[in-house]
Amino acid sequence: MAAAKKSSKSNVSAEELMSHYREMLMIRRFEEKAGQLYGMGLIGGFCHLYIGQEAVVVGLEYAAKEGDQRVTSYRDHGHMLACGMDPKGVMAELTGREGGYSKGKGGSMHMFSAEKRFYGGHGIVAAQVPIGAGLAFANKYKGTDDVSFAYFGDGAANQGQVYETFNMASLWKLPCIFVIENNQYAMGTSLQRGSSTPELYTRGEAFGIPGEAVDGMDVLAVKEAGERALAHCRSGEGPYILEMKTYRYRGHSMSDPAKYRTREEVQKIKSEKDPIDHVRDLLVTGKHASEDELKAIDKEVKKIVSEAADFATESPEPALEELYTDIYA
Amino acid sequence: MAIQILMPALSPTMEEGTLAKWMVKEGDTVASGDIMAEIETDKATMEFEAVDEGVIGKILIEEGTEGVKVNTPIAVLLEDGEDASAADDLGSKADAGSDTDDTDNGDDAGESDVSTKPAAQAAGDMPEIEMENIPEGTKFKKQTVREAIRDAMAEEMRNADEVFLMGEEVGEYQGAYKISQGLLEEFGPRRVIDTPITEHGFAGIAVGAAFAGLRPIVEFMTFNFAMQAIDQIINSAAKTLYMSGGQMGAPMVFRGPNGAAARVGAQHSQDYAAWYAQIPGLKVVMPYTAADYKGLMKSAIRDPNPVIFLENEILYGQSFDVPELDDFTVPIGKAKIAREGDDVTIVSFGIGMKYALEAADALAEEGIKAEVLDLRSLRPMDTNAIVKSVKKTNRCVTVEEGFPVASIGNYISSVLMQQAFDYLDAPVINCTGKDVPMPYAANLEKHALITTPEVIEAVKSVTYR
Repeated sequence: MAAAKKSSKSNVSAEELMSHYREMLMIRRFEEKAGQLYGMGLIGGFCHLYIGQEAVVVGLEYAAKEGDQRVTSYRDHGHMLACGMDPKGVMAELTGREGGYSKGKGGSMHMFSAEKRFYGGHGIVAAQVPIGAGLAFANKYKGTDDVSFAYFGDGAANQGQVYETFNMASLWKLPCIFVIENNQYAMGTSLQRGSSTPELYTRGEAFGIPGEAVDGMDVLAVKEAGERALAHCRSGEGPYILEMKTYRYRGHSMSDPAKYRTREEVQKIKSEKDPIDHVRDLLVTGKHASEDELKAIDKEVKKIVSEAADFATESPEPALEELYTDIYA
Repeated sequence: MAIQILMPALSPTMEEGTLAKWMVKEGDTVASGDIMAEIETDKATMEFEAVDEGVIGKILIEEGTEGVKVNTPIAVLLEDGEDASAADDLGSKADAGSDTDDTDNGDDAGESDVSTKPAAQAAGDMPEIEMENIPEGTKFKKQTVREAIRDAMAEEMRNADEVFLMGEEVGEYQGAYKISQGLLEEFGPRRVIDTPITEHGFAGIAVGAAFAGLRPIVEFMTFNFAMQAIDQIINSAAKTLYMSGGQMGAPMVFRGPNGAAARVGAQHSQDYAAWYAQIPGLKVVMPYTAADYKGLMKSAIRDPNPVIFLENEILYGQSFDVPELDDFTVPIGKAKIAREGDDVTIVSFGIGMKYALEAADALAEEGIKAEVLDLRSLRPMDTNAIVKSVKKTNRCVTVEEGFPVASIGNYISSVLMQQAFDYLDAPVINCTGKDVPMPYAANLEKHALITTPEVIEAVKSVTYR
């Protein structure tokens, strides 16, 4: 993993650390449960887990304010939980049930929340990038100070529409943060095999968009970078690029045999860079939390996830009438 | 409580697999993320990770076992403090459990007995829509299609600040085809936005703006270039309302000239009517007269759905009577009888109407009274009006400029077979453009398009003259 430019500060409150710990753990336990339900056949189709990348969304959501928007790809469960969507509604969408955010009609890759300003959940690689800039366009048009986060991966970073969007976002000074979640693999193609220039944060230079590389496994570094990017966008300076150096522990989707990397590589990141272990260490070594307190959080999170899974398996399938609803407004 | 570990589904289509190798043995402690077994599917050998922590109490399926059905218990995991007897209980219950699963699957199959509507109805099945209301005594003025489109956009932009126009050369250049003439002066660069030449990108930005509550009008210099943006139009704009369970959609208009102009060759001369009309979630209109351009454009801008507005470069300069009303709208999804007759129904839309009307004039001189139906909207399509007319005339010819395979005419023919079979006295004929890329040479181009004599010939054929 490439070295990140910024390191995190140490003077962070216990409350903040506890919040990061809890939010990241929630995503991890949720995703583990999703994997389990997939294995049981309760979740169908494609299912892309976020395990390993938790610090990215948790750090950025901590920096965001009410009114900011977010849009991402199909690896979207973490983003939804981090912006405050109900784990029950998300899990029930994964199982294709009436209680899901899209009444079971969207599935894992296509989910939305108007209330939480989560604009999907998009299944076409990089399609969310111009959409994210469009949300920013609307903010500027309406004269609000809201900022949109357009998340995409290192694979999407090679799509043409990303650069069409960079050009217009910079030209029109749109308040949009392009978050490149560089988890090193575009499905099975490593960054080295697919990108002529591996430093993705420099991809905006030709358009005059500032960018920085961030240790995406360090939630505090992520949060601080997010604060810098948000300040830049809110002051009317236009878009900003954050390249989050991160790593996904699981396969691209559930049906990925993962022959493109070694088990040792995955194990090394897990043991040396795990974002949750990192915060746990800070909490324990800084004597911010006792083992018992952390265990209580683990238990609480496990309970919420377990209840979400119960809801998602008990919620009925959508009524057949739903086949023909929501096609036209 | 002991937990059953079930044979996992490791791909969207996996029903069974081979339990190739156990990586743990009874009595081993496992943590979340540990590799427990290797499982072979038809596609690959995959590692199977533990989700819960505990001690492997019992292995129920030996390694090397083939054809293990998904969800069959393969092992029992003990939690802290449990002994192996808990595993025995669960292990024996497991067999009974898998039987129950089979029964469940049977139920699921029974449930799929859905009385879905036939496809032909899904698009055409629509409530009765009121025809546009033009009060008696309304004055009309001659106006070109170009002016009608501009006036419609300007009126709607005056009505609502959320409406804006974006596209290539729409502002300072005053429109590549002069459609947006004067709009920059009236509304300024905030609402009349010149884009770089980047269809995919600005279409996507407009979709995002629509998600966030604005009402973009996206001008494509021509619909040929919208091919660059078609993913955003279909996957993002058309499908989001459905995929979000009704939470958000894209209230917007994609507009621009469509179909052949003159001598611009294969890449600039395609009619996309049938392409877009196929997509649930889109509305598609393709008007002929300036009045319909104006009224449908205003309706399209107000519509809460993405509307594909197919214009025609050759029609831009043609003049028609347009009612002088403060707020003249034409409902989307309503056809219009352009000319009454009893002998045959000619159904067309857009520039196809030119050939249909010319043919009807010529046929009248030979005593054949053709009824000409202007569809105006292709999705939803006013199939009721087509069926009603054909029940009167018993004959139908469709006219369009697009390619013959999977054309709008093909769809109309299928609707008539299903809904008016007993009324037809002749097979429906689809007059279309030829099945060739548009040639450049003047003589070849003329033949590649639909021609008025071909429409006349088709009508004579179905009327047995």
